[in-house]
Amino acid sequence: MRTALLVTRRELEAYFTSPLAYVFIIIFLALGGALTFYLGGFFERGRADLAAFFVFHPWLYLFLIPALGMRLWAEERKSGTLEFLLTLPLGTTAAVVGKFLAAWLFAGIALLLTFPLWITVNWLGDPDNGAIAAGYLGSWLMAGGFLALSGVVSALTKNQVIAFVGATALCFLFMVSGLPLVQGVFQGWAPAALVDVVASFSFLTNFDAIQNGVVDGRHLVFFGSLIVAALAINVAVVELNKGA
Amino acid sequence: MDVLLDVEGLTKQFGALTAVDDVSFRVRRGEVVGFLGPNGAGKSTTMRMITGYLPADAGRAELCGVDVQREPERARAKLGYLPEGAPAYGEMTPLGLLTFVAQVRGLSGREREQRLREVRERLRLDSVWRRPIEALSKGFKRRVGVAQAILHDPELLVLDEPTDGLDPNQKFEVRRFLKDIAADKAILVSTHILEEVDAICDRAIIVANGRIVADGTPSSLEARAVDHNVVAVTLPADAHERALAALEDAEGVAEVRAANDEGGEGEIVLLVRPAHGTDVLARVHEASRAADLPVREITRRRGRLDDIFRTLTSAA
Repeated sequence: MRTALLVTRRELEAYFTSPLAYVFIIIFLALGGALTFYLGGFFERGRADLAAFFVFHPWLYLFLIPALGMRLWAEERKSGTLEFLLTLPLGTTAAVVGKFLAAWLFAGIALLLTFPLWITVNWLGDPDNGAIAAGYLGSWLMAGGFLALSGVVSALTKNQVIAFVGATALCFLFMVSGLPLVQGVFQGWAPAALVDVVASFSFLTNFDAIQNGVVDGRHLVFFGSLIVAALAINVAVVELNKGA
Repeated sequence: MDVLLDVEGLTKQFGALTAVDDVSFRVRRGEVVGFLGPNGAGKSTTMRMITGYLPADAGRAELCGVDVQREPERARAKLGYLPEGAPAYGEMTPLGLLTFVAQVRGLSGREREQRLREVRERLRLDSVWRRPIEALSKGFKRRVGVAQAILHDPELLVLDEPTDGLDPNQKFEVRRFLKDIAADKAILVSTHILEEVDAICDRAIIVANGRIVADGTPSSLEARAVDHNVVAVTLPADAHERALAALEDAEGVAEVRAANDEGGEGEIVLLVRPAHGTDVLARVHEASRAADLPVREITRRRGRLDDIFRTLTSAA
């Protein structure tokens, strides 16, 4: 755990010494804001809540999180630093957890920097701040889910473009697994129980539930277990692909 | 315990290709062992198995008595390793990177400060200490790589081409540095620069196609070269025929031939190859005096590592 946190700190410092962090944060804030005000009709709704803000997060993350996650392993393998890192006395698990935590904390920082919106709704009206906190929590958990999936794809390749496209596709499948697009593939032949299981993997469904202010244990468990499972797969993929 | 690296039967397959085939050797404290071979011979793959980065298909490696596959973290704690190409995080400074390595290796407080200062001074990193590694010259990058490998003062060092890409002065410095620290350590250095072996190694292991084809001291390897102990005799060109006849008759001489492109204006150099690599200098000297040859220079040559290297690695 000590070594994992050292990796996290090193990675976070690396984010902020490269332009990546600033570009990511600026684009996240700009896009998030634009979607909220123009597409979401933040003012026109005339309601003191951040629903118009959170509703776009799955779509925002669909592109931005794979962009953050694509470099996690692909870059290390391409530059050879993976060998340097993994021949230090720290285990692969510590490296995987450390790198994931850094990226997740970074996404969290970007998310927290949207606080002016929160101030705005509080200034304009009297929102349910509990629901807003739940929205932020759900959004961050969803970012973690996307990030963990992106990490797995990134560990499969040296090529960051492939990692990005692959991660986006995988995240999209998980995001919409409750929608007819994916359900249609399973309905008709699969038992109803399986169809329900696939639907329950939907990021949209789980996120909607949380951001509506219902912090139900099931949704937390969903994101938590998804992240843990993806990280375990990530460890295995890194181990298997080391020599390639 | 004096065997700090014990490699036994290491084997690695990549698909149908056997990259490393049953490689065994030991490195003792105080030894600097050169690991030689043409590109693609399996040097880096062997080193990656030694460090536990790649799992071996067969065989084992013990680092200071610890099996690297069974207890990878404990084994790696005892090891200093420079991977091929000296990879490092480009956006970090040498200070940042080495601090990170020190922390991972559990160095703290005054000990950490002292070790950082020591590698900074020994590898002359002062001028680049706070500059991003990606902006450094190849020579500095390589030295940062060596610095992270020796940071925790390990007993066992595995260095994959530590002098690759350095200029002659930098090569000299890194070699001198390795010699300085060699006394109480075991060092395995891969290289394809043969002068390096003469300069720093007590022993050389030559690999070709994944197998060890030679393992011995540089001088014992040189002795295996065809032209080891050849005696070169420089004469005026007009004494050519006479000298040839006189030297060919000398005892213990297998062959006499004229060297191409050697000797000065109007001179010829005859190479006298002894039978079975024996020393015939004295006999050549006697024979030329007996025949009253106008000898200008007479020297005994050592076998060249290049030649033995070429013979061993191209035959395989």
